[in-house]
Amino acid sequence: MIDFSLTPEQEEAVKAAHKEAAEFVRPLSRYYDEHEHEDPAELHKRRWERRRRAGMGMPGAGPAGPAAILVSEESSWGDVGLMMCSPGPGLGGAAIMASGTREQVAKFLKRYEEDPPKWGAMAMTEAGAGSDTSAIATTAVRDGDHWVLNGEKIFVTSAKRAMESGGLIVVWATVDKSAGRAGMKAFVVEAGTPGLKLEKVEDKMGLRASDTCTIVLEDCRIPYENILGDPEVRKIDPNDSAGFRRAMATFDSSRPGVAAQAVGIARAALDFVKESLEQEGIKVRYGLPRNKLTSIERDIMDMEANLKAARMLILRAVWLASQKQSNNMEASMAKAKAGQVVTKVTQKCVELMGPLGYSRKSLLEKFMRDGKINDIFEGTGQINTLIVARRILGFSSRQLK
Amino acid sequence: MISFSPSEEQQMMVNLVRQFATDEMRKVYRQSDEKGQVPGHIIETAWEMGFISSCIPAEHGGLGEQGSALTGALIAEELAWGDLSMAMHILCPYLAVYPIVEMGTEAQKRDLLPHFCSARFATGTAAVIEPRYDHDPFSLATTAKRTDGSYVINGRKCFVPLGGQADPFLVYANENGQTQAFLVEKGTPGLEIGEREKNMGIKALATYEVALNNCRIPAGNRLGGDRGCDFGRLLGRSRVALAAMAVGVARAAYEYSREYAKTRIAFGEPIASRQAIAFMLAEMAIEIDATRFINWEAAWKLDRNEEAIKESSLAKMYADDMVLMVTDRAVQILGGHGYVREHPVELWLRNARGFATFDGMAMV
Repeated sequence: MIDFSLTPEQEEAVKAAHKEAAEFVRPLSRYYDEHEHEDPAELHKRRWERRRRAGMGMPGAGPAGPAAILVSEESSWGDVGLMMCSPGPGLGGAAIMASGTREQVAKFLKRYEEDPPKWGAMAMTEAGAGSDTSAIATTAVRDGDHWVLNGEKIFVTSAKRAMESGGLIVVWATVDKSAGRAGMKAFVVEAGTPGLKLEKVEDKMGLRASDTCTIVLEDCRIPYENILGDPEVRKIDPNDSAGFRRAMATFDSSRPGVAAQAVGIARAALDFVKESLEQEGIKVRYGLPRNKLTSIERDIMDMEANLKAARMLILRAVWLASQKQSNNMEASMAKAKAGQVVTKVTQKCVELMGPLGYSRKSLLEKFMRDGKINDIFEGTGQINTLIVARRILGFSSRQLK
Repeated sequence: MISFSPSEEQQMMVNLVRQFATDEMRKVYRQSDEKGQVPGHIIETAWEMGFISSCIPAEHGGLGEQGSALTGALIAEELAWGDLSMAMHILCPYLAVYPIVEMGTEAQKRDLLPHFCSARFATGTAAVIEPRYDHDPFSLATTAKRTDGSYVINGRKCFVPLGGQADPFLVYANENGQTQAFLVEKGTPGLEIGEREKNMGIKALATYEVALNNCRIPAGNRLGGDRGCDFGRLLGRSRVALAAMAVGVARAAYEYSREYAKTRIAFGEPIASRQAIAFMLAEMAIEIDATRFINWEAAWKLDRNEEAIKESSLAKMYADDMVLMVTDRAVQILGGHGYVREHPVELWLRNARGFATFDGMAMV
């Protein structure tokens, strides 16, 4: 039966997340935005303890149910940068869950249940390989009981924190460049491994509390068993390989989650505008025909509808996964829409509030800066639209570039 | 628990209607648009599916089922996918039936509902829209004045579906600044049915201008009697119906232009292989799904008797824009072929532009 209700427990979880965001996180937002490379230790401690108490599964390490998405929306409404720098296995954990054996999952993720707080990361992107993940040039060469990794990865979220906390970085490398996507495998690199170096921490437009790094692997030796999944290179069809699909499968469950972050940020901006207007006695008159609405009312209604649209697409994608149904196209629909919505909504909100929107006295301008990356990372809007297009047409990547 | 899956019963209904739309409606919709007429067999076959009588209470001759807005939205989408004129014709009786079932007095239900449980198509209609660019359903120019045991109604209405054959008319009028509804029987002095209208789209649907000239009706004909009616809720229900229809029309245009793009060769490849076209189609698909779901939320709230003016208004507004965007792109994708009446997309674009005006003109 079509239904949009939450159980009382789910409602409580959403409320609690909102309360935490409003009362604890928001007061810290501006400080950590202005002090980009400082560490919000008080927040880490609090979150780590909550994870331990709740005995929660790894966030981002498996399909999030619809209710978890709404909880994530609230945390994002608070501050996405501060959310992303929370201790936990991160995208690396998601990769381990998606590609690892049961033993590997147990072995590598256990540390995230034990003090002190640790971080995890996933390293995919390179200077020459962003949207085109199959173009990665980092190599993994077998040498007896080890793999030897060489290469450079950029835009790695939480790499610094992972390396400084005894965490893990899952590094995607090729074992056979000639095999294209079939040669791409994931390797678990533990913090402190010789040959793993932190090269740079980026200064960013937004999401400043989260560390985004360049790492270098120079003859980095890791145990043979640290390869996730099957080491075999199956050269069936360069356009259709399990290794590549596993990497992408990580995205089918993380894309809706990232899209939910976008919705949270967009809503933060919209809430700010609506509250500001209400203080001036301006309320949106929902039933009225378009012709009668003021320009601001129309803008707000437009933004609200688009926000709802994005949220619904996300919930649908996640619901499919919860029903164990494929959601590849639907996840991309959600991500494409949400990325576009957060961009348009946050930018329009800054415009609507004029000088109040542009000033750093309020967080509105920060929401716009934080929001922009959502249409770019975890699959750009263009790539996600391309994926949707291929699915609806039944076209391969050769047929539609 | 969040779920996007229609119930088994709803899915059966959807399949049935989709079959009807594919096998029957789609065979005759072009001629119907050209001739300005819906074939009788379409209407009678749909009538036999029992959408209207199903939500009429058993004591008045119906099946007494819950008239769910969500189920209605599912059905309306399929009918509109078949053809919008036919869908609005088929569902026209609801314009009178639903308000009476939900908000009528016992006397009104007794007197008027049995008529709609007959063996053959019987319809009422609603007169909401007014012929002014700044028409506002909450600020109508048509007035209803209480005098003794009567109401006297004055005003002009347009886009009244099936005004030539409908009985009764549910006329929405301004009573002391509030929109209320008044049941006017066919033939009442002062109820003047005008010429059949000529519209850009929905050409097979007979719509009329209707004038109320000192039209006097018994006070007991005010919908809901002394209680009156909850106009916001009726309008919300109508908006949900129309948004669902918009999704149906858009889906038709999207599917047709997608298939065209896959087979139309230009520069040695299907045009669907070009990002410009492929991205248009991807966005159309995204927006159709998005609209359907935000409209489901509005319908779901109405079914729970929750306030849904915001959700239904947002869904309708979004749907109005979406269906225009999708049908416009469909014509664009077909290029010159999209401009001629041999293909359906120009018809769907003409129909689509009307949604921004069709407020209160359909119901489920």
